[in-house]
Amino acid sequence: MQVTLKVFRFNPEVDKKWHYETYVIEAQLTDRVLDLLEYVKGYIDGTLSFRRSCAHGVCGSDALRVNGLNRLACKTLVRDVGDKITVDPIMGLKVIKDLIVDMDPFFDNYKKILPYFINESPIPADGRERLQSPEQRERFDDTTKCILCACCTTSCPSFWGSDDYLGPAALVTAHRFIFDSRDEAAADRLQIVAETSGLVRCHTVYNCTLACPREIQVTVAIGELKRAVMTGKVD
Amino acid sequence: MNIHQFEVIVVGAGGAGLMAGLYASRTASTAVISKLYPTRSHTGAAQGGIGAALGNLEEDHPEWHTFDTVKGSDYLGDQDAIEFMCEEAIDAILELEHMGLPFDRTPDGKISQRPFGGHTNNLTGKPVRRAAHAADRTGHMILQTLYQQCLKNNVKFYDEFQVVDLLIKDGRTVGAVALDMATGELHVFHGKTVIIATGGHGRMWEITSNAYAYSGDGAAITWRRGIPLEDMEFFQFHPTGIYKLGILITEGVRGEGGILFNGKGERFMTKYAPTVKDLASRDVISRAMYIEIRDGNGINGSNYLYLDVRPEVVNKYAALDGRTNPDGSPINVTADELLHKLPDIVDFNRVYLGIDPMTQPMPIQPTAHYTMGGIPTNMYGEVVIDEKNTVFPGLYAAGEVACVSIHGANRLGTNSLLDLVVFGKYAGLRAAEYARGVDYGSLPDDPEGFAREQFDRIRNGSGKENAFTIGREMKKVMFDDVGVFRTEEGMKRALAKIGELRERFKQVGVKDTGRIFNTEVINAWELGNLLDLAEVVTYSALNRTESRGGHARDDYAKRDDVNWLKHTFIWPDNGKFRIAYKPVVITKYQPKERVY
Repeated sequence: MQVTLKVFRFNPEVDKKWHYETYVIEAQLTDRVLDLLEYVKGYIDGTLSFRRSCAHGVCGSDALRVNGLNRLACKTLVRDVGDKITVDPIMGLKVIKDLIVDMDPFFDNYKKILPYFINESPIPADGRERLQSPEQRERFDDTTKCILCACCTTSCPSFWGSDDYLGPAALVTAHRFIFDSRDEAAADRLQIVAETSGLVRCHTVYNCTLACPREIQVTVAIGELKRAVMTGKVD
Repeated sequence: MNIHQFEVIVVGAGGAGLMAGLYASRTASTAVISKLYPTRSHTGAAQGGIGAALGNLEEDHPEWHTFDTVKGSDYLGDQDAIEFMCEEAIDAILELEHMGLPFDRTPDGKISQRPFGGHTNNLTGKPVRRAAHAADRTGHMILQTLYQQCLKNNVKFYDEFQVVDLLIKDGRTVGAVALDMATGELHVFHGKTVIIATGGHGRMWEITSNAYAYSGDGAAITWRRGIPLEDMEFFQFHPTGIYKLGILITEGVRGEGGILFNGKGERFMTKYAPTVKDLASRDVISRAMYIEIRDGNGINGSNYLYLDVRPEVVNKYAALDGRTNPDGSPINVTADELLHKLPDIVDFNRVYLGIDPMTQPMPIQPTAHYTMGGIPTNMYGEVVIDEKNTVFPGLYAAGEVACVSIHGANRLGTNSLLDLVVFGKYAGLRAAEYARGVDYGSLPDDPEGFAREQFDRIRNGSGKENAFTIGREMKKVMFDDVGVFRTEEGMKRALAKIGELRERFKQVGVKDTGRIFNTEVINAWELGNLLDLAEVVTYSALNRTESRGGHARDDYAKRDDVNWLKHTFIWPDNGKFRIAYKPVVITKYQPKERVY
């Protein structure tokens, strides 16, 4: 089948303004959008620039807008989106070149929520693992899936408004630690997410949940954080 | 010139690089440079588990893990190093837990473990629960946890810096050169030590589970500086890749009771591995699958087979095999339970194939997966440059890029993640210790020169040849002729073809003349790495006239311990190759026939 692929192009070394290029290429229903981009880069225009690595939805490199929705290019098939495909960079982060955006503000937000396990108590005397019941482990299972692709954060109108909003991805990671029974820094993190750049900016639009390629219930996780902040209890 | 000075320079930010960075940074100034954001590294794609004889669900011992690894390696692994790794494994996994890694749990709150291929109770020969897991995203959790701990400890990262050269002067390591992808500028990292942790080269095969990033950069840059490579003929083809796409379906599926079937509906592994059947070593299963397909037993006569993890199938065969839960009760899993243990596998099938593995079998074929060979090191991550184990000052390697050798001719599942954390740690510790005792060496004149020359050649190429076309041809010939089964005729054909492609590569041109994120130039350079290594792999494979582990030859079908119980060392030699051999270290386990 033939696919019409319209791609956002911007080369900072040449262009004053962005534009679309359209490529009509042969494709199969099972081709990934990433396969189409690779084809264009390989055989039509080597200057087309984008990030990718694992090509099966676990590394988080190739978050894009496909027909207006945030997706991983490697996890979106032609059969999912049809034969007219428009590809844009994710929003709210500065475009550097074509589909490559500046990820620094995204990772800066991530780093603000103390994104690492904190437990300064001594490990068990026998040197073995800290115990955790399957139920306690299950409590934060969903938010351990995050691959930091930024699909959620860059689908959020609050983040488009201002990139000092922590954004859903950072909040998901905060949830992962706050609800981990072994972690001891929940209070510190709750204070961080309760600040004006945090939870109050979430207006429950659900874009993040719809955008997540890992199917994390992002809005639910943020709701649980809000409740924890309001009640002062993590349960 | 952009010059940075650090005592320890870690190249690569997967499991091994992060572990090295974490440990080195405790006592030495350390930088981690990586062409990807660290969390994009391929460690994150590892699924099923990390091996250690924790014995959380049943009796297990590091000695059993050691023997299984030796046997899995087809007796080519060095037994002192294997013993070291399996002893260290328990503390390594506990340390990951102490760093917060969210392992799945047993009912009594301990780290949960599942069976995996080739891991056995050495008394009964039956599969043992040794793979500590976090659903089917164990590698993801290791990568995240280690990156997070590096942030906690203020490790300095240079993200999206593509390493392009190793700097050597007066017989010692003095740094590395990297390309800042965002600006196109070369940076010199002047160091007392360099730790190479760049992963494997599995992108040289057509059907592969490996990320685009797996272009063998670390092995290629050290090779060009005259550092040898070890056992490059040994590469693992994982039995269960998604048909045509190569995406990995974890061995954990079979650990949870999944069964392999041919087109006649036969559970064919009973023929090839009567005791552990579907949980035999990967090389054994991949070969069995090839034979089944060759004999016309593929699904509908095609070149794929089925992996079936529907709950009714799991339960039926568990009962037939006499497998039970740890408490002795019969196995009776539900779709919900399997979905919970293997969520990503279910997701991959749904997204890429449109099928639900809880109600349908998965079409699978062997997929290029893991580099057993690599930069030779001793068990402390120090690079050795000859068959006499001479250490090259200041140079270290760890993880998939390194060859210790613990995996020998075939790696057991779960041992790659273990390899990363154990040898990444020791490489980091040793590098920092060495750095304390020496001054910075002086940089060579024009340290960026060799790298610049390589990139200028690509930028100024005639454009008569297309890099993508050359890449496709390389992948095809490597998969067809240097794959699961090999023959002299096929490998000679491959060697000639790779030679032709390397010539044509000189005529590759690029359209992108810019500096900012010029991924076209970088991809072409990566292809050059793969082409160089493909030639080394093929030459090494042609040279080894026996079958052992992942290296299976139709024309030399048997293992030959008399002539080939030894490691291959290969050097570049004025456009040709030089080969020497290093004996395998054997401590407790004399080679014997390998039966599963």
